[in-house]
Formats: sequence, C-alpha cells, structure tokens
Amino acid sequence: MSVRDVNAWFGHVQALYDISIEIPANQVTAIIGPSGCGKSTFVRCLNRMHETIPGARVSGSVMIGNLDIYGNGTSPVLVRRRVGMVFQKANPFPTMSIYDNVAAGLKLNGIHNHRELDEVVEHALRMAALWEEVKDQLTKRSGASLSGGQQQRLCIARALAVQPEVLLMDEPCSALDPISTAKIEELIFELRSQYTIVIVTHNMQQAARVADSTGFFLLGKLVEFDSTEKIFTMPSDKRTEDYITGRFG
Amino acid sequence: MSSILDRAKLFRPRTDTKQVFPAKTTAVVPFSKVRVTGAVSPVPDYVFRYLMVVCALSVLAIVALILFELVIESRLSLHAFGWKFFGSQVWDPVTGDFGALPFIYGTLVSSLLALVMAVPLAVGLAIYLTEMCPSWLRGPLAFTTDLLAAIPSVIYGLWAIFMLVPLLRHYVEPWLAASFGWTGLFEGAPYGVGMLAAGVILAIMVIPIISSITREVLIAVPRHQREAALALGATRWEMIQLGVLRNARAGIFGAVILGLGRALGETMAVTMVIGNRTVIAKSLFAPGYTMASVLANEFTEATGDLYLSALVEIGLVLLILTLVVNALARVLVWSVTRGTPVSSHAQ
Amino acid sequence: MHNNYLQKTFSWKRIIADRLATLGAILAALLVLTPLVAILVYLVIRGASALNWDFLTHAPKPVGETGGGMGNAIIGSALILGISSLIGIPLGIGAGIYLSEYGHGRLSTLVRFIADVLNGVPSIVMGIAVYALVVVPQRHFSALAGGVALGIMMIPTITRATEEMLLMVPRSIREAALALGVAEWRSVILVTLRTALPGVITGIMLAFARVAGETAPLLFTAFGNQFWNLKLNQPTAALPLQIYTYAISPFDEWHRQAWAGALVLIAIIMGTVLVVRLIAARGVMKGSA
Repeated sequence: MSVRDVNAWFGHVQALYDISIEIPANQVTAIIGPSGCGKSTFVRCLNRMHETIPGARVSGSVMIGNLDIYGNGTSPVLVRRRVGMVFQKANPFPTMSIYDNVAAGLKLNGIHNHRELDEVVEHALRMAALWEEVKDQLTKRSGASLSGGQQQRLCIARALAVQPEVLLMDEPCSALDPISTAKIEELIFELRSQYTIVIVTHNMQQAARVADSTGFFLLGKLVEFDSTEKIFTMPSDKRTEDYITGRFG
Repeated sequence: MSSILDRAKLFRPRTDTKQVFPAKTTAVVPFSKVRVTGAVSPVPDYVFRYLMVVCALSVLAIVALILFELVIESRLSLHAFGWKFFGSQVWDPVTGDFGALPFIYGTLVSSLLALVMAVPLAVGLAIYLTEMCPSWLRGPLAFTTDLLAAIPSVIYGLWAIFMLVPLLRHYVEPWLAASFGWTGLFEGAPYGVGMLAAGVILAIMVIPIISSITREVLIAVPRHQREAALALGATRWEMIQLGVLRNARAGIFGAVILGLGRALGETMAVTMVIGNRTVIAKSLFAPGYTMASVLANEFTEATGDLYLSALVEIGLVLLILTLVVNALARVLVWSVTRGTPVSSHAQ
Repeated sequence: MHNNYLQKTFSWKRIIADRLATLGAILAALLVLTPLVAILVYLVIRGASALNWDFLTHAPKPVGETGGGMGNAIIGSALILGISSLIGIPLGIGAGIYLSEYGHGRLSTLVRFIADVLNGVPSIVMGIAVYALVVVPQRHFSALAGGVALGIMMIPTITRATEEMLLMVPRSIREAALALGVAEWRSVILVTLRTALPGVITGIMLAFARVAGETAPLLFTAFGNQFWNLKLNQPTAALPLQIYTYAISPFDEWHRQAWAGALVLIAIIMGTVLVVRLIAARGVMKGSA
C-alpha cells in the first residue's frame, strides 16, 4: 500500500498533515503515538471510513497496487471489500448469530448459497482461532453473547470472511484482558503471511512484539517510519526517542 | 543515551518467535472461491436516499394539503361573513345565515370546565406517582393511567351516555342545584346531558395526558433541588412545593396546555353528551354545541355550498386554535425537560 | 438557644399540611382510577351479555328486529386499517429513516416540527380534509378515503418511534457494516433497521392502537354501511362508527350491540397495547433465538 500526501480534516480542523508512507505487503505495520495524534484517523483513511463522519474530508492518494482508492469514480464500497477493518471495541451485530455475523459480509451483499457460506464461515473462524470454541453453537448463540476476547476474534473472522488484501486494526486489544490480548497477538502473527496488516496501538510492547515496521505519529504528522527494531533501538528523531522512553505521552 | 539502550533491551523484537508463538497447524488451504464480486454503483444509494427524502417531504405535503383544502373550501363563507362570523350567534341553514359564536363558546367552556376538574386530579396523581408512591405500586399505577389514554373516544361517549348522564341527572345535578344554585351556574332542569356532562367526560379523557407529561416534567427536576429543600428541614410536602413544583412550573403549565389542546379537538364523546343545541347559556345544565360536534353532526347533511363552506370554516378555526395551543404547550414543556431547568432562586 | 429556635419552627401546622397533601394526592389517584375501573367493568358486564357468535358474523338487521351483529363492521375496520397501514407504515418508517440517517440540516428540523403539527390535527378536521381530497373527486364515500385518513394519522407516531429507535443503534454497528464493504442502503435496512426493529414495531403497534378506535375521521370518509363491503371505493362499515351510530340511537337492542361492539374494540386495542408492553419488557436487542 502506498500512501502519498494524505491530509484529513474534521470540518475545519485539520487532523493529518501530508502523510506519506509505503506500507510493505504481507507484513505487520504498527502505528504508534500519543492519544489524539491522528493514528486512528490515519488508519480510517486507508479504507475510506473517515469520510463517513459528517463534515470529514480527505485529500491525497492511497494506492493499493494500481488502484487509487481516492480516485475519481472509485467506489468506497469496493475499497472496503479489499481493505478490512477491526475496531477498538468489538462490535458484532447483536441481532445475528455467530454464523450470521461471520457470514455478514457475504450475506449482506446477496450471497446466500448455504454450502459456500458454510465453507467460508468455518475457514474464517479457524483462521481467527475461534472455530474450536464455537463450532457447536454457530447458529444458536448470538454474536453478542460471547466474551470480550471471543467477540473481537469474531470480528476478525467477520473481516477475514470477505477476503480482503489488507487488514486494518484500530487498537484491537485495548479493551481486552491480557490473555485475550495474547491470543489475538498470536493470531496477528500467524495471519501476516497472507495479509498486509496495519495495527494501531498505544501499547509499545505490543508494537515491538508483533510488528515488522512501525510508524510514529505526533500531532497529525508522521515523525518517523522504519523497521520496528530500528525505531525502538535507534530512533533517528528526538521526538520518537522521547516518546519511547516515556518522557511524554 | 544509555537509557535508550536499556529500553532497547526491553523492546528487542522477538526473533525467537517459534517459542512464543508455536506454529499452529493451520494448513494452508486455499480460501474459498466465494468472493463478493460485481461492480458497485452508487446509484442504488442515491435512489434509496431519494426515496427516504420523498417520504419525509410527504409529511410536509400532507400538512400543506390539509391547510390548503380547508382554506379553499371555506372561501365562500369567509367572503360572505368576514369577521361577523365570530360574533354572530345565528346558525340558520334555512336562511343561510351562519355564525360560529355558539360553537366557539361551547368548545372553550367545555374545555376550560374540563381543565378545572382535571388539572388538580392529574397533577395530584403525578405528584403521588413521582414523590409519594411506594415503588412496587408505581409501575402498575402508571400503567393503568396509560390504559386510560388508550380507550377510544367513542367508548368514553358510550359509557358517558349510559352511566355518567344518569348519574348526573339523578344525583349530582340536583345536589349541585340545591347547594350552589345561587351562583346561577346550575339552573334549569337537570337533564344530565349538557355542558356539565361534556366537561366531566372531557376531564376524564384529558387527565392521562396531563398526568403523564407532568410526571416527565417532575422527574426532570434534578435531584439536588429536592435534596436542598430537605436539607433545610422541610417536610415532604414543603420539599415538593419548594424543590420540585417551583422548578417544574413551566412544564406543568405546558402539560395543562397540551391537555387543553386535546380537549379542544375532542369530538365523539362530547357530541354524545353535550346536547347539541346552538345555545349560549350561563347554566352548566344547559345543552351546548362545540365546533367539533357541529362538524360531526351536520357535515354530511349540509345542503348548499354556503352551509358546507361555513362548516369548513369552523373546521379551519378549530385547526388553527388547536395548532397554536399545541405549539405553545410544546415550547413550555421543552423548556423544562431539555436544556437547563427553569432557574430557581434558593428559597 | 439552638433548641428553642428549632422548636419555634417545628409547628404542628406544617405536619398537618404535609399529611393533608399526601391525603390529597392519594385521593387524586383514587379518583382517577375510579372511572377507568367503572368503564371497564361496565363494558365487560354489558358487553359480554350481548356478545355471541352471531354478533361476530352477521351484518345488522333492519331497525326493530332483534339479532344481527357487527360482523360487517369488524371486517370493514380490518379493511380500512389494512389500507391505513399500507399508507402510514412505509411513509412513517421512511420519514423516520430520513430523519435519523440522512437528515442533519434545517429540512430535518422542519420535518420533525411538521410531524408534530400533524399529530395535533384534530381527527375531525382530518376527516374534512380527506373528504375534500378523496371523497369529492371520487364522488362517493369509500373505504379508501377512510384508510387514507387513518393512515395519515399513523404517520407522526411511527416516524417519531422509528427515528428514536434508529438513533439508539450505536454508531459502531453501522461502522461495522460499512467496513465490510456493504453498500449504505443495504446497511441501513439490513443492519441498522433490523437492530432497531423491535422498537419500530412497537411504534407501529401503538399507532395502530390509536387509530383503530378513531371514529371522527371516518364519519365523512368511510361513512359506514349496513351491509358487507370489501370494495375499496364504496362506503364501508367500521367498528367505532357502528358503535357510535347504535349508541345514539333510541333502540335498546342496538344499545346492547353497541356495548358488545365496544367490548370487541377495547379487546383489540388493549391486546395490542399489552403486546407492546411485553415486547418492551423483553428488551430491545435480543440475540437470535
């Protein structure tokens, strides 16, 4: 994924300033930074979710392969099928069963063939490491009746079922306990061979554990972007160093 | 610099991944061929949004149409009578002379009479429910008053004819004539049907609305107002007066006005018990006629364009009156339940 | 000195006032309940005696003859209410969806205000307006006109309920659907509306209960009919209308039937209200099965 000169606004307030990044494929990229620095906003620009907020605006270009997702005539709906998202707070559809939740991306778009859906649901749940736990209760339990960690894995399965090329994760573990967090980090590590993953996190150890590359954001600007090892051991920018050593944020 | 190196030790990315994340046997099975395909055009979104806008606009169109029709159809009468319409007591289909005064009088008097009876009861009930009622009783009692609101007008009327009117005729009205006849309000033969009956049944119908809005308003008064009054050593009733009613005044007033709005437009029950005679009388025992009742009774039998037009004009007047009253009520209630409550002076 | 001051302000008058006020409030509550109980009891007693199978299945007999029933009025009401639902529900839900999902400007404030205004239109005035709009061009009274009048009256209630319920659906649910690459219109109907559906249905049923008992708007639209009618463009009997006609008549037999009709009507309305309460009590968002 190639991000060039992206700016984003909430109404008149600018939130992102001239962000340019090359996000490497089939790797995990972490976005870190203090609260309010624009991490979430940036990531939401990658799947055209930022513009769903009334009054919000984006300029610049984001390329996936040959497609500029902000190009004229590019449908945001198509973009979101290629770039999936998992949110900070797990948001399974409360009126749907586990099966329907995972299949939602397909069912809501008109695919109803049961056998095909069965296949997809099972595969997605296996990849999200949730299959063993819920395989007997797929249609009997509602998506919202699972525990927090399970719900988040359900959301991951749901996102995977649509077979995106890129998976965005906006602080996926911040609302979870350490054990669930560990499971999800495991998951991320396994998935990276098949997907490009961008994960926003305020937890630096998590970034260090999981990510291949890391970008540090501050006040809407990208300060530094490099391999994780380099960022954490020898940051080139003083601000990065300050943040990592905990002098602020 | 050394601190960074120290931190580096903590943050060294794990190269010994095999130990931390043991490889699972997720066989690299090719994911299903099932994909969501197909071009996505923005057209269905536009169409859908357009449809919703149409629905919303239809609401505007309907109200506009209603007003338009009423004004158009009453043109004849407006032209023929002008302002005299509201001052004339004559309602004579034969000669073609129409005046709305008896109906306006009837509507206003019956509604005000209803309010006089309903407001103390409704507000008292609301106070009881919010401030005094034991909590196990609150739900059932509130539910029952809401049930009152669900009873259709025609059933109220039916009950009024067969139970209320005889009651009035045989017990209440003679007693009133005997005890309060000197006021001039209770003269004439007690037939049961008449202004008093209309007032009573309207009161019963209007109590649930006034009560439920008052309840909302009372609940909206913040807790600390009550606590402040209690902390000063007030009894419960004093606390209610000082801490609650004072703040909710505007809202209660609004609830009452809403009840008035409902009473003004009420048709069936009133028509069934008011006697339906175009007279203006001081006595509450006398029959009367309201705007809604004359419409109900005479609209389908109106001969001649002027007659019909006069009736439509009455309908127009009723509509405008009701709309103004309702708007006033909404503003009053809104001022208490939303935004900051009416300011209170610590007293 | 402290004690003396307290003793001075602690007067019996205040306690008596407090007790009287409490008594007054309880009295108010009782006085309000009495008519309700009286009505329902009276209704059941008088109505039950006249209610029988004939009543439900036959049309009225000519004046003076005993027997007959309100079967045609029940069916007529069903027909009229069916038409009103076809008109009121789509428009109401549509306007509600607009207000909650698409309306963020002055138009939506206006629509909300006007919907409230529409709610306050006296039902008899509504009857006049629909008479002018539908009956006059058609040249006869009709079930359609009655359905239009009642349908319009359903709109404000349904709109408000739909808007409120949709607004209660958390943003995160909508975002989840959009992030999956679902088109907005599908997301609104299949996800947002579906989540809010129990509440919306409650609103619809409340609107239904309200218009089911309305008589005034039908006086000059559906007009009533002594016979069975299923045609849309003919005058049609309706339960509240029939009750009214019978109640003000001088015939005892008809009075009896009026009570029976009232009992049926109240049963339908109360039944609807009770179902609404049950749905509300079970909570708005239940999981599947």
